[in-house]
Amino acid sequence: MGVAKWINKVAAAAVPALGAGAALAQAVVDMPGGPAVRQLNLPPPVTGIASQIYDLHFVMLGICAVIFVAVFGVMFYSVFAHRKSKGHKPADFHESTAVEIAWTVVPMIIVIVMAALATKTVLAMKDTSNADITIKATGYQWKWGYDYVKGEGEGISFFSSLSTPREQIEGKAPKGVNYMLEVDNEVVVPVGRKIRILTTAQDVIHAWMIPAFGVKQDAIPGFIRDTWFKAEKVGVYRGQCAELCGKEHGFMPIVVNVKTEADYTKWVEEQKKLMAAKMDDPNKQWTQAELIARGEKVYAATCVACHQASGKGTPPAFPPLDGAKVVQGPKDNPIAVLLNGRQGTAMASFKSLSDVELAAVLTYTRNSWGNKTGDAVMPADIKAAKAWDAAKLNQLSAKAQ
Amino acid sequence: MSAPAAHGSTPDYFIPQPSSWPIKGSIALFLMALGAATWINGMFPGPWALAIGLAFLVYMLFGWFGTVAGESEGGRYSGKVDVSFRWSMSWFIFSEVMFFAAFFGALYYARVFSVPWLGDLDQRLLWPDFKAQWPTAGPEIAESFTPMGPFWIPTINTALLLSSGVTLTIAHHALKDNKRGVLNLFMFLTILLGVVFLGFQAYEYAHAYSDLNLKLSTGIYGSTFFMLTGFHGFHVTVGAIMLIVVWVRCMKGHFKPDHHFAFEGAAWYWHFVDVVWLGLYIVVYWM
Amino acid sequence: MSAVLDQHGHSHGHDDHHHGPPSGLMRWVMTTNHKDIGTLYLWFSFIMFLTGGVLALGIRMELFQPGLQYWNPEFFNQLTTMHGLIMVFGAIMPAFVGFANWLIPLQIGAPDMAFARMNNWSFWLLVPAAMLLVISFFVPGGATAAGWTLYAPLSTQMGLGMDLGIFAMHIMGASSIMGSINIVTTILNMRAPGMTLMKMPMFCWTWLITAYLLIAVMPVLAGAITMVLTDRHFGTSFFNAAGGGDPVMYQHIFWFFGHPEVYIMILPAFGIISHVVPAFARKQLFGYASMVYATSSIAILSFIVWAHHMFTTGMPASGQLFFMYATMLIAVPTGVKVFNWIATMWKGSMTFETPMLFAVGFIFVFTMGGFTGLICAVTPIDIQIQDTYYVVAHFHYVLVAGSLFALFSGTYYWIPKWTGHMYDEGLGKLHFWASIIFFNITFFPMHFLGLAGMPRRIPDYATQFADFNAIASVGAFGFGLSQLIFLVVVLKAIKGGAKVGDKPWEGAEGLEWTVPSPAPYHTFETAPQVK
Ligand code: HEA
Ligand code: HEA
Ligand code: HEC
Ligand code: CUA
Ligand SMILES: [Cu+2]
Repeated sequence: MGVAKWINKVAAAAVPALGAGAALAQAVVDMPGGPAVRQLNLPPPVTGIASQIYDLHFVMLGICAVIFVAVFGVMFYSVFAHRKSKGHKPADFHESTAVEIAWTVVPMIIVIVMAALATKTVLAMKDTSNADITIKATGYQWKWGYDYVKGEGEGISFFSSLSTPREQIEGKAPKGVNYMLEVDNEVVVPVGRKIRILTTAQDVIHAWMIPAFGVKQDAIPGFIRDTWFKAEKVGVYRGQCAELCGKEHGFMPIVVNVKTEADYTKWVEEQKKLMAAKMDDPNKQWTQAELIARGEKVYAATCVACHQASGKGTPPAFPPLDGAKVVQGPKDNPIAVLLNGRQGTAMASFKSLSDVELAAVLTYTRNSWGNKTGDAVMPADIKAAKAWDAAKLNQLSAKAQ
Repeated sequence: MSAPAAHGSTPDYFIPQPSSWPIKGSIALFLMALGAATWINGMFPGPWALAIGLAFLVYMLFGWFGTVAGESEGGRYSGKVDVSFRWSMSWFIFSEVMFFAAFFGALYYARVFSVPWLGDLDQRLLWPDFKAQWPTAGPEIAESFTPMGPFWIPTINTALLLSSGVTLTIAHHALKDNKRGVLNLFMFLTILLGVVFLGFQAYEYAHAYSDLNLKLSTGIYGSTFFMLTGFHGFHVTVGAIMLIVVWVRCMKGHFKPDHHFAFEGAAWYWHFVDVVWLGLYIVVYWM
Repeated sequence: MSAVLDQHGHSHGHDDHHHGPPSGLMRWVMTTNHKDIGTLYLWFSFIMFLTGGVLALGIRMELFQPGLQYWNPEFFNQLTTMHGLIMVFGAIMPAFVGFANWLIPLQIGAPDMAFARMNNWSFWLLVPAAMLLVISFFVPGGATAAGWTLYAPLSTQMGLGMDLGIFAMHIMGASSIMGSINIVTTILNMRAPGMTLMKMPMFCWTWLITAYLLIAVMPVLAGAITMVLTDRHFGTSFFNAAGGGDPVMYQHIFWFFGHPEVYIMILPAFGIISHVVPAFARKQLFGYASMVYATSSIAILSFIVWAHHMFTTGMPASGQLFFMYATMLIAVPTGVKVFNWIATMWKGSMTFETPMLFAVGFIFVFTMGGFTGLICAVTPIDIQIQDTYYVVAHFHYVLVAGSLFALFSGTYYWIPKWTGHMYDEGLGKLHFWASIIFFNITFFPMHFLGLAGMPRRIPDYATQFADFNAIASVGAFGFGLSQLIFLVVVLKAIKGGAKVGDKPWEGAEGLEWTVPSPAPYHTFETAPQVK
């Protein structure tokens, strides 16, 4: 590890500040928990697995470098010494069983050694048993949802999306240090505890990765896969979705905030209070105006990536909701679209939202832009709809309405 | 240069003159692909382009194979060319084997891996009520259906195809012994058995849709069942067309006892289709 | 010509006695001549290379600096996907088939390919397929944007462009299968008397094995994308968990094709290098037999390593270990090849004309790519770097400095035979040095980006990645411009230049150097006798 740091430093000095021309004319500094400027190697490991990987990579690179220098030392010697221009006459040997066996067997031994070194780590990475806390990470197009399913903090649940402002991405504002790798709600975990991450996805395959932890696990729709880490240092660590998942694949970062045990407990309590406050009173009678206000927020958090704030979508991939017949027609149809999604399109099912949220967002879409139904979809409507059977849902949500 | 080679054995090669059949085939496939792609998306030119392309392809195939048959009957294919045909047909059949392997592989994977995984403990979070068993339409396609058993249609079909293999072999021997009457008769029987097989298969599909509620969209069971048997049925159809062409040529007096690769190629293909069916019969219907 | 051909030339009323090609455009459309078809393949693939290269420049433009500059993210994904598809299926594969067409009949002493008319179809199927791909950029929703791997279920989301892409790949697959059957048959059945398999030129050996791989795996790809098609439009559930299917199943089927596919793109390259190195070392190829065995072992092993592309999907540890071990084994036969080339150079009498420069460059840089491949094969490391720029660096080292450089090497080596003119050596050398320098400027920094965690297939990135991306982008433009030199060299050699004799290279061996340059339209009408 020490050596690597040293190499990093030398190279950082050697590569001139060429980037200044390319990036905006501002000094770029290392991102805490994310990539360093002109980082050359794997990030400094924060978990036991990551440091095993780090060392493994170093050893592999070393062996390969040695072989490389040896093999090409021979070749370049030959290139310089055995030239026609130097009057070298060709020899006429063209096989040698002994040599050929040697250079089959020796590399064989080398790869066996390499594989043996790696085996232990493979087994360790797979051992997700006896976790202290289990968190389910769900990939959505394009954000992450987290549910703390077991251990301290059980029941906490939130979405986490990119928080870098649009202006920075479009170059209308200077880019921050954490540009592209910052989120509104970070995953919080205690230091030194074994955290098991269950990954799954709602729509397409995503991948949950934190380089500093040595963790990357695909999130596969309909399946649960798992991985684990035990962070050894307090701090914030950053990664991104690592499987092509459509338009905004580059824009769904993952941020893990590792806190001390005490701070973690505090955070859990805060979250519980917040959640209690956010919980909608089941007996509340909603007015249309309240629903629209609430719906605007849901829309901005959930729907805007595809259907756009203007409600115009980006046809033909993402249809407009503004002026859409489905949206303005009988309530049942849009309700069914939201509960069921549309098979084989990016329009997934949103039945994971609460009744109130669904009612709110529909009321909002039915009464925004050019849409003026003037009515409200009530949480009770959603509740009733949730009891429909699959056939009915399919039929009501189908396209040709 | 057009002199016959001096020594009888060497002039083994056949190099055809420039030909327009290939480019016609390419245009046909282009139209078909464009047509099919736009059709399934409900766009223009859709079925029109597909139909024109298909017609053009059929025309091309007739023309091309007609040319080949003419060249063969004209005695222009030497023994060496014949060997080339044999190699190429074997490799072509190998490629077909690999195509089916993809679908058999899918069935295997679903049964051995994905369905058990979907029902395992961890997945309770997503699919609390799913029981991993075969056949299944998956955790979310709730409609009930009846799977297709081996009795009786598939078993009858097995018998049909196996007998068609026998009749074809009898025809082949007749050709080798130059018994043209037997040849023509047994070719006809082979084709008849193939067509009856297809008829039963069509009936089976209708039965599945109307009585068993078993459809292409019936989850992974329906997908693998219909895709495997469907592609097989398609290959039977192609094989039957080949046999019909060969039969017509037989009746025209084509083929000699020692020189009839088109016959043998079609026969190999038919046997291959047979073997695939045996695989299906065991893996899809019995297991 | 063979007696069989012209003895009975009755039915079509053609002129049995013309020796040269028919003229005009129709010559190219209807040709059944392996040299014409080889030329068509080579030009087609070069045009596709430029097209794919322009798309790559589109990628590098956007990635020159952080932020979204030129494209929206959706279009960026289309660029990446189409770049990969066009380079793999349009540029590299057809280029090798072009070489096969030109060289295999010449090298084994056959008058043409076994099925000359089908050969024409193999080529002319590529054109509609390429047209479908290009058209797909302009249909509503644009081209497919699911990556060249077309992973489900993302690939079940796209629009018409995806369907056009699927059909294009079906057609290309048909073309590959027909082409391969032709090559296998030609090699197995049409060798000149006396040329036993173990006397056959190395290029033919590598193509024999490649063709076998192609016939084995192209149908599997066809199966995979057919399932995507039916999942998209006909309600099947192969890749949909709700119906009992599994998205990961797509990956298994795809990579069962995909991994052998990458060897399909490198084995003929090995063949070319095995001709060039001995010619310029003026010394016979070292270890001919072990070359044949190594090539076969690579081909066999290539069928049992596919899941090294899927280490992060969450397969059981036993699976990870098996695929890791199998993958690492491939380093052994590949090493044998590298060592054999170096032993061929050893104590030779070497000169460094452009073909040799590219060959030495190939060995050097390809091996770097091989080593990074080996590093990827180590499961824990791969879990760190999977789907990052490290992988992008790995495969451009083996594909660009591997396959592409070998293609350049072969072109310079055989272009005197094809055109009858020597190419411009000065420009050739310039092309080599510009290519190898800009190549490394473009792709070397990507290793660092990958290790630092920059994912692939993203249009925007953290500012800390900016410098290496900027360097890579500059390199990409330099590399792209350098390829125009190649175009100039080729055009000059076609137009004119020093006339060459039968055998312009002192150390060259093989039947192709026994016929005049340019090779006459018909060669080996009577088979040569090989001792
Ligand atoms: C021409 C194409 C080509 C070739 C030849 C190779 C060769 C190899 N590849 Fe590569 N690979 C690709 C094209 C290719 N690859 C592509 C396109 C992808 C990405 C696809 C995608 O996701 O889009 C990929 C991805 C890829 C991955 C997945 C990475 C990931 O997505 O996470 C892996 C992992 O194992 C891998 C491994 C290897 C190995 C071990 C070899 C070996 O064959 C290399 C063997 C060679 C050597 C090792 C060097 C010479 C040997 C010696 C000098 C002997 C002595 C050496 C030792 C004993 C160490 N490759
Ligand atoms: C098969 C061979 C092959 C070749 C030769 C190349 C060549 C190049 N590739 Fe390749 N690349 C792939 C195969 C290949 N690639 C694959 C399979 C992928 C994965 C796709 C995926 O993720 O799905 C990929 C992905 C890929 C990426 C990652 C994209 C992403 O993840 O988002 C990048 C980024 O830099 C890149 C860059 C380049 C560059 C700069 C070249 C250069 O070498 C190109 C040089 C050539 C030119 C620049 C053309 C020269 C011509 C001109 C300059 C003249 C132009 C003028 C006119 C036409 C009038 N490629
Ligand atoms: C990942 C992208 C995405 C997100 C997020 C998304 N949608 Fe959609 N939506 C789509 C697509 C794609 C369609 C078109 C489906 C089709 O082709 O049938 C669609 C269709 C619809 C339709 C039917 C429109 C019509 O005219 O047929 C409604 C209503 C709708 N969405 C509402 C919403 C609401 C409300 C939300 C937020 C809670 C939302 N969508 C979030 C992609 C998305
Ligand atoms: Cu989510 Cu990529
Ligand atoms: Cu691979």
